[in-house]
Amino acid sequence: MAHRWTNDLTLADATPEAAFWNRRRIIAGLAGTGLAAALGAGARAEEALAPNTWDEVTSYCNYYEFGTGKGDPSKYADRMTVRPWSVKIDGLVDNPGAYSLEQILGEMTLEERLYRFRCVEAWSMVVPWQGFELADLLNMAGVQEGAKYVAFETLYRPSEMPGTAYKVLDWPYREGLRLDEAMHPLTMMATGIFGKPLPNQNGAPLRLVVPWKYGFKSIKSVVRITLTDQEPPASWNMANPREYGFYSNVNPHVSHPRWSQAIERRIGGGLFAKRQPTLMFNGYEAEVAPMYEGMDLAKFF
Amino acid sequence: MGPVNQLIRRLPVWALYLLGAVPAPWFFYLGLTGGLGVEPIKALEHEYGKLALQLLILTLAISPLRRLLGLNLMKFRRAIGLLCFFYVLCHLLVWLVLDVQNPGQILTDIAKRPYITIGMAGFVLMLPLALTSNNLSVRCLGRAWPRLHRLTYAAGLLGAVHFAMLVKGFQIEPLLYLGVVLALLAVRLPAALLRWQTTASDTSGRV
Repeated sequence: MAHRWTNDLTLADATPEAAFWNRRRIIAGLAGTGLAAALGAGARAEEALAPNTWDEVTSYCNYYEFGTGKGDPSKYADRMTVRPWSVKIDGLVDNPGAYSLEQILGEMTLEERLYRFRCVEAWSMVVPWQGFELADLLNMAGVQEGAKYVAFETLYRPSEMPGTAYKVLDWPYREGLRLDEAMHPLTMMATGIFGKPLPNQNGAPLRLVVPWKYGFKSIKSVVRITLTDQEPPASWNMANPREYGFYSNVNPHVSHPRWSQAIERRIGGGLFAKRQPTLMFNGYEAEVAPMYEGMDLAKFF
Repeated sequence: MGPVNQLIRRLPVWALYLLGAVPAPWFFYLGLTGGLGVEPIKALEHEYGKLALQLLILTLAISPLRRLLGLNLMKFRRAIGLLCFFYVLCHLLVWLVLDVQNPGQILTDIAKRPYITIGMAGFVLMLPLALTSNNLSVRCLGRAWPRLHRLTYAAGLLGAVHFAMLVKGFQIEPLLYLGVVLALLAVRLPAALLRWQTTASDTSGRV
């Protein structure tokens, strides 16, 4: 169970948030001394993947079911009832059914992972997630032979979701992955951030996290997972297939009609934050590139 | 409308300039101090852009308001128009300096991304309007001045379309702005048609 993927930047995600920030301060304090030079590249790499703060991660969200403004989700998402919660797993699986969250968590090993998170709007964050590998959940359900894709659905409950009064998208929100992407050890189902339960605006109680794809692929508040042999419909792809492909892998070489994807801005840098180059597959190229070998990524964007 | 118009007559134009300019440094201050959330660059860009669009709508509303409701804001039209240009400029500067940062990228964005092309076209159309918003230009240009300033209609349309194009998904807010701009242009249509007919018959009369 789990632990098949090892973070190459483990110091930060093993350190509690407060201690982590202290550590950064200590390193900053060493600047100018010989010690800082000795820490060298290691310290710099860690700097590059310092997690965003709790406030940043929980106050700047896209969750259109609660409104299209970045602040709307944190304002309105507490209306969503997340307990009890169950996930319907169906389609080409051996054990279809409605699984309660407790049932699922009882079977899974939770772990913490620090991932880059890149939005298609060209901003990014670094988030310490807690959760488990999706592969473990799919194995629990028993994936059948003919399955090629995994489809996901977000909760659609208009009485608790003011944003759904407008047809911004064709509700319920849907997403999908190819089976190999879904089974990849980087792909996780998150239940928490910073060691705390997921806030509703971040997709409580259970959300997908696919760190090498644009953020909208990481569907929130999942209520249904379907194994299928057909490429499933995905909400943004349905709304505007010219702008949002099914794959939506982070790719600095494939420009979006409205946002250059070559560069991004880390949230939290203030009014004078500098942009930084976007990494192929959001920095997870070594891990995921083999899955797309031989594919024209400009065509299958 | 009599008392309201009287009140308006008593309000000096410089007060409007002062009042209208206040949001610019205020939003910048909020952005610096965390008042605009954790991504202040985008927030500031949007605040300035939206203010510009609101002021543009207000300038377009001035003559219909006078004609239909008898509310006379004519005295403030230049001030509102110039304030609008000021916020478009602020919006553009935030985009250039704080947002994109890279000069090469800016030209690519203008050429490649339709919503930016359209926004930029709106800004270019506003340049001659801002430059000729003074008494000397009005005197020198004579009958050409009102004709030139009909570019406001195009600028308003481009601004609203720019907003509608930049949002993700089917969103109501920018469509409301676009609807108001279209309505304000539509009420001018009869007069424009009449003008066009007169010009046409003038020309044919001369031939």
